[in-house]
Amino acid sequence: MASALEIAAAVRAGSLKSVDVVEQHLAAIADREPEIHAFNLVLADEARARAREIDDMVAAGGDPGPLAGVPIALKDNMCTHGIPTTCSSKILDGWKPPYDATIVTKLAAAGAVVIGKTNLDEFAMGSSTENSAFGPTRNPHDISRVPGGSSGGSAAAVAAGFASLGLGSDTGGSIRQPAALCGVVGVKPTYGYVSRYGLIAFASSLDQIGPFATSVADAAQLLDVIGGHDPMDSTSIPVAHPSLVDVVDRGVEGLRVGRITDLPEGADPDVNERVELAFDALREAGAKIVDVQVPAFTFGLTAYYLIAPAEASSNLARYDGVRYGLRVEAPDTNAMYGATRAAGFGDEVKRRIMLGTYALSAGYYDAYYGKALKVRRLIHDEFVRAYEHADVLLTPASPSVAFPFGAKGDNPLAMYLCDVYTIPANLSGQPGMSVPFGTGADGLPVGVQVLAGTLCEPDMFRAAAALERAVS
Amino acid sequence: MSARDGLPGDWELVVGLEVHVELATVTKLFSASANRFGDEPNTNIDPVTLGLPGALPVLNRQAVELAMRIGLALNCTIQPCTFHRKNYFYPDMAKAYQISQYDQPLNVDGFLALPDGTRIGIERAHLEEDTGKSTHFGGAGGRIHGSDYSLIDFNRAGVPLVEIVSRPDIRTAEQARQYVTELRGILLAVGASDAKMEEGSMRVDANVSVHQPDTELGTRCEIKNVNSVRSIGRAIEYEARRQIDLLENGDRVRQETRHWDENDGRTHTLRSKEDADDYRYFLEPDLVPVAPSQEWIAAIRSALPMLPAARRTRLAEATGVAPDSEAAMVVVDRGQDEFVLSVGEAGGDVARALVHVKEAWADSPTVPAGDLAKLTTMEVGGKLTATQAKAVVAELISNGGGDPEAIAAAKGFEAMGSDALDSLVDQAIAENGEAWAKFCAGEGKAMGALVGAVMKLSQGKADGKSVTALLNQRRG
Amino acid sequence: MSERISQDVVAKVARLARLDLTPAEIERTTVQLGDMLEHFADIDALDLDDVEPMAQPYALENVFRDDVIDDGLDRDEVLSAAPAAEHGRFRVPPIIGLDV
Repeated sequence: MASALEIAAAVRAGSLKSVDVVEQHLAAIADREPEIHAFNLVLADEARARAREIDDMVAAGGDPGPLAGVPIALKDNMCTHGIPTTCSSKILDGWKPPYDATIVTKLAAAGAVVIGKTNLDEFAMGSSTENSAFGPTRNPHDISRVPGGSSGGSAAAVAAGFASLGLGSDTGGSIRQPAALCGVVGVKPTYGYVSRYGLIAFASSLDQIGPFATSVADAAQLLDVIGGHDPMDSTSIPVAHPSLVDVVDRGVEGLRVGRITDLPEGADPDVNERVELAFDALREAGAKIVDVQVPAFTFGLTAYYLIAPAEASSNLARYDGVRYGLRVEAPDTNAMYGATRAAGFGDEVKRRIMLGTYALSAGYYDAYYGKALKVRRLIHDEFVRAYEHADVLLTPASPSVAFPFGAKGDNPLAMYLCDVYTIPANLSGQPGMSVPFGTGADGLPVGVQVLAGTLCEPDMFRAAAALERAVS
Repeated sequence: MSARDGLPGDWELVVGLEVHVELATVTKLFSASANRFGDEPNTNIDPVTLGLPGALPVLNRQAVELAMRIGLALNCTIQPCTFHRKNYFYPDMAKAYQISQYDQPLNVDGFLALPDGTRIGIERAHLEEDTGKSTHFGGAGGRIHGSDYSLIDFNRAGVPLVEIVSRPDIRTAEQARQYVTELRGILLAVGASDAKMEEGSMRVDANVSVHQPDTELGTRCEIKNVNSVRSIGRAIEYEARRQIDLLENGDRVRQETRHWDENDGRTHTLRSKEDADDYRYFLEPDLVPVAPSQEWIAAIRSALPMLPAARRTRLAEATGVAPDSEAAMVVVDRGQDEFVLSVGEAGGDVARALVHVKEAWADSPTVPAGDLAKLTTMEVGGKLTATQAKAVVAELISNGGGDPEAIAAAKGFEAMGSDALDSLVDQAIAENGEAWAKFCAGEGKAMGALVGAVMKLSQGKADGKSVTALLNQRRG
Repeated sequence: MSERISQDVVAKVARLARLDLTPAEIERTTVQLGDMLEHFADIDALDLDDVEPMAQPYALENVFRDDVIDDGLDRDEVLSAAPAAEHGRFRVPPIIGLDV
């Protein structure tokens, strides 16, 4: 299939009909969605109607924008006015937001066609999409394996050709890890690069929306469209971002690529081997490899699993059966709360609410949440120092290739370890992306993570594009 | 007033007040819905107000500015500040957390001076959002306990509040009344709030405890639902006596929140603080810190209007009354002091104007200052008696102004010239020799008879003050 | 850090979080939280005395909006999504057992 950039160029030129692009993708969905289950909702009629509007606009001499006619899949935790938005949770089943997320408005203004809402681990809590209340998504490369998570639906949709582009949200690796497992490009931008307005919060100080694409250039184009300051999000960075689609061809001559010498161990040998080859590829492309240290990297997991659940316990308190979503009737309001939330949330969400409530509660705050915030500072500062010596860093995106369903069993900690390489970028706020870089065990995709300093997306995309060229 | 304020034995009262005021902004603290009282339920709502998934707060600059005005008017230090989440479940709290300020409030360490100069410390004055409103149905007529169900209106949710926390410096119920009255005057003066207790835009909670002199402070109870200045005093007095009764009977005061019932004049247990909720405060990640620049603070400070205490002093100096006299308090409270002073600027007598304004108008005077100036000049010159002047003022009000001389003439209040008054005084002395002798001997009471006689001779047209002055002059 | 989390504490946390957990869930959660907290004790090895907490990754300050009304939501649309509503308001069962 054509890339998003090619589709948009052809639709804008009038040489390709948006309606045909949509039909092509709907056909792919009809073919494989029953076994993949990437979507909570396919918006076939809406997508067709939107495609006709775009074709009409082109016919009338107008320009629908840089994503003209490009089908995109949205993670089902982004509010779409009048269209169900569930977070793959029973507690929001059937809820239709009365407003659009900022990214939805930006996509519409850029001519994109939303083709469906994709499955996720409930409230984005998980690394396999097994925690969805509506059943798991399967990895298009091997349907006996997970697609990763929590944005497993969007990653699988792009990998399976159901959509040319996808959007996910990344709180601890929820874009990069499924991108790696599904063999697509996935980007977590700098915190504050993309507006969170209308993204249903998991952990507010860590959540970022970012692209899935089949190429680095497509991902750059999508990030150019959705990025930028939004007055509706107080944490949105009020600066103009340079075009990323313009830098991807720039090469890596002279770029300093850092190797974290004290990176936590635990990645599978096949994954480590690909990461080594990635260093080689960048060196051959003219980059300079340097060693850096981030001693607190390994403590990211603990900091994250105290901070994220703490914020989540507060963010998810609003699901109380009063204004929207599920209510389990009870004789009084307090009983209604307990019954509604017990019935509406799945096990992993309950576990994190419990952990977060505990970490914030009187007598435990300093020992857990307060301490975690200090570790966060430590990690941030160490990264800042590392970026004095390196422009980008390379690590595995995931310790392993896609694993079979049920592989992590009933052991939450085993699942949490999937995020060990991705979490630090969320804590520090810096950007990271996963680029497909060949295959590992069982011929399954391996993703290499490229990390860069705050607002250093151009360097990150240059390195990612160089890796992409090296494997193609 | 004694520190004990009529408490039995040598018990001492210690009170701190927490006052919530709704700010007079156009929109809410964190979103663009209208901040308006009395609208149809749930018409001033948006994703932020309703705590919809994905909604994010953005701070209203004007709310910060009004809060800073309050802080400066209360002599506080304005400091860099942050917002926290206070987590608790209640159906009128949409997000299940209130965004408030915790360990880094905007305004700290100020004071409010009562009219007699007593300073009550202000610990802090911080920004937070209001809740929605629950109405209870069924059961025992609108009470929460025993109701069948409740309905929630979120119009008020997210309305900006400033919570002003005093130090426990208040020692009498009367001081508490004065504090609230003075605070209300300040809030109105700086335009921060309409401060209407009856509409709930100003709400007072009182922390009350009692103790014996030179012993440590007693256990305090928080009294809520105090809805008027009058009930503040009543509630505190009741609560103090309740606590003293407990202690004198060998019982102890339990730390709890109590509800003031206006009808039975008592406080009732609302909940025990001993099983207080765990609010799990943490820094609100959806908002960023506020650090007001020195320029911003200076601009607000320089734009602050004169505050009630200073206005009372100014009025007192101009009119000769005491700054905490009833006339000065009332006229400044009603915002009429500028008008009184403008009567002086128009050539009139401010002392007479103060009396007329206080008695004739409940709010803004409705006649030109020049007309009132002329009237007071006539009065001072003995051309009108106080009674006549009052009648002329009434006429001025019903006409929206006019020439006091013409009105006086039309009413037959012909000018009583000083020659005419002189001869009447002489006549009265001649006709009341005994009273005159007594008056000359220093019997103050005799003055009344002489003045009365002059009044009678003048058929009520003589001015009492002028007559008194003439009599004193004659006596030498 | 300290001794293992107890079932009583877990039950109290569940009440705070308004989650009706079954006795079996309380038991399981106690074990799982205990295991996690044991793992999370790794950060006790760090010297954090002079480290400032970091709550947000990108330092901004003084972000404001102007005090101007914008269109709000349609009440009927919002109330139609509510579990129970009447007379333009959200309806809830009797409010008891909650702080006022």
